[in-house]
Amino acid sequence: MRDSISKKQECKLLPNQRIVGRWQRNSYRIIRELGYGATGTVYLAEGRGELVALKIASDSMSITSEVNVFRQFSKVQGPSLGPSFYEADDYVSAGGVYPFYVMEYINGQPFLPFLRQRGAEWTGILIVQLLKDLHQLHKAGWVFGDLKPENLLVTENPNCVRWLDVGGMTIQGRAIKEYTEFFDRGYWGLGNRKAEPSYDLFSVSMLFMNRGYPSRFEKTQEKSFTRLMTKFRQKDVIRPFEPVFRRGIEGKYKDALDMRSDLIQLLHGTTFTPKVSISVKPKTNITRREQKKIKQQQPSNPKKRRSLGVLESMLVASFILVVYILYLFGQTM
Amino acid sequence: MSKGTLRQILLLTDGCSNSGEDPVAIAALAKEEGMTVNVIGIVDNGDLGEQGISEVESIASAGGGISQIVYAKQLSQTVQMVTRKAMTQTIQGVVNKEISQILGEGKELEDLEPEKRGQLMEVVDELGETMDLDLLILVDTSASMKNKLPMVQEALIDLSVSLRSRTGNNNFALYSFPGKRKDVDKLIQWTPQFDSLSGAFKKMTISGITPTGPALQEAIRLVRKRMKKRGSDSDERFDLEEAGM
Repeated sequence: MRDSISKKQECKLLPNQRIVGRWQRNSYRIIRELGYGATGTVYLAEGRGELVALKIASDSMSITSEVNVFRQFSKVQGPSLGPSFYEADDYVSAGGVYPFYVMEYINGQPFLPFLRQRGAEWTGILIVQLLKDLHQLHKAGWVFGDLKPENLLVTENPNCVRWLDVGGMTIQGRAIKEYTEFFDRGYWGLGNRKAEPSYDLFSVSMLFMNRGYPSRFEKTQEKSFTRLMTKFRQKDVIRPFEPVFRRGIEGKYKDALDMRSDLIQLLHGTTFTPKVSISVKPKTNITRREQKKIKQQQPSNPKKRRSLGVLESMLVASFILVVYILYLFGQTM
Repeated sequence: MSKGTLRQILLLTDGCSNSGEDPVAIAALAKEEGMTVNVIGIVDNGDLGEQGISEVESIASAGGGISQIVYAKQLSQTVQMVTRKAMTQTIQGVVNKEISQILGEGKELEDLEPEKRGQLMEVVDELGETMDLDLLILVDTSASMKNKLPMVQEALIDLSVSLRSRTGNNNFALYSFPGKRKDVDKLIQWTPQFDSLSGAFKKMTISGITPTGPALQEAIRLVRKRMKKRGSDSDERFDLEEAGM
């Protein structure tokens, strides 16, 4: 009973290729590949008179599950939760039948690179936004599941966090469908994999951690809780968030709103000026490297600015001098 | 009340069988008996070799299951993914059969409109969540597996965490091969959860033989025995008592 569907070759589409759905007969022109995951490849495409994201499956079962999740949400939700769903169809090619679906194209920056260019307070602000959406999702009876930076995008004007991948979304009470170890409380031995709001809130806490440790780390023999707390305190860029992080991984928040208001409170009571988050004496090599990066991207560093000012006035002075000399020449001739 | 039980044998090995019956044939037999055989081939830094890989794939294919070659480090996620996927696939297989009965021979899920397909998938998901699962885990403990066993242990506890989060009931049993005197040794009786596996793999046998076929045969016998017991005695507590719970 080996499933012939899931064993099929992956479907690769080329730029400018046109694909037409078998059922709805809508046509899409592929522009470029946006990314790929376990269940399929996502392309930027043009169709329905706009830019869309088109996901074509290598595995018909899981893509059908994803479409189901989308259909659920298009019934109950507003547009803020993830990309809007447009339609599901099949692409028939010589190689076989490939199910695909079309959704809103969200243009934005990946979560962590966005934060790397900004002060520590931004981490808090984006997560406050995320928690609001998560609460909506939880109220609708769902859990996000595979919450991680790769599944988040930050849009421009206004800077808003949006989520992308609905593959891990699970009905509350069931077992989490998809997860990533670093963000999974089961992996750290700090809970089960039942889909409940606190599962997501654990992952939210680990988003902070990932901000401090971009390449993540693995568990050791050491007790997970102690290790996570120690690791968290070692990074200046996330240390201010420690109380919220802690309650998140302990599963102490009753819902996402609870965590959100706690975080807002914390943001109000903490100063995240560059002096605190950036100019603190670095403790590890990694922070120093990170600092350098931040310095490069933010030339507003006081020291640098001062030297810039000196340079500026020298330039102006010499310019005036040259003009004056020229003037004198003009007078004598 | 019960929606039925999925029966799986999960084989964890790092090499080729070299003794007794052909494991591929035995796996085919398991499939005939309504079980699924999934195989995970564990590689170290070297690789399994073509022959090893092909055996792993053939056993799973004959046993109606899924195979995966994986580095010991990534074992945890693979074990749970393979188990979950195989469950869905088994259910999906049954559903596909139904579809071809309704729509005609050769028709599959894809011949349904996306909307209807979605409704069907909902049912498959629901069943995967609520059906009971009997999972017999068969671990190769021949000499070359020695340094991988801590990873295996961790992966199995992780699997237990995952499966316990389901709504349906789970029962695990853990056997190793080659056994001291027999083909397989029982490490853990049927139990609803693995809390601790520490010490489970202490009884290691260092020997050059890998009797995968005979071990699978014994595994089938054990699952069948449990099936019969369940069939004649619907009271589950009986099983739990037996497992020492």
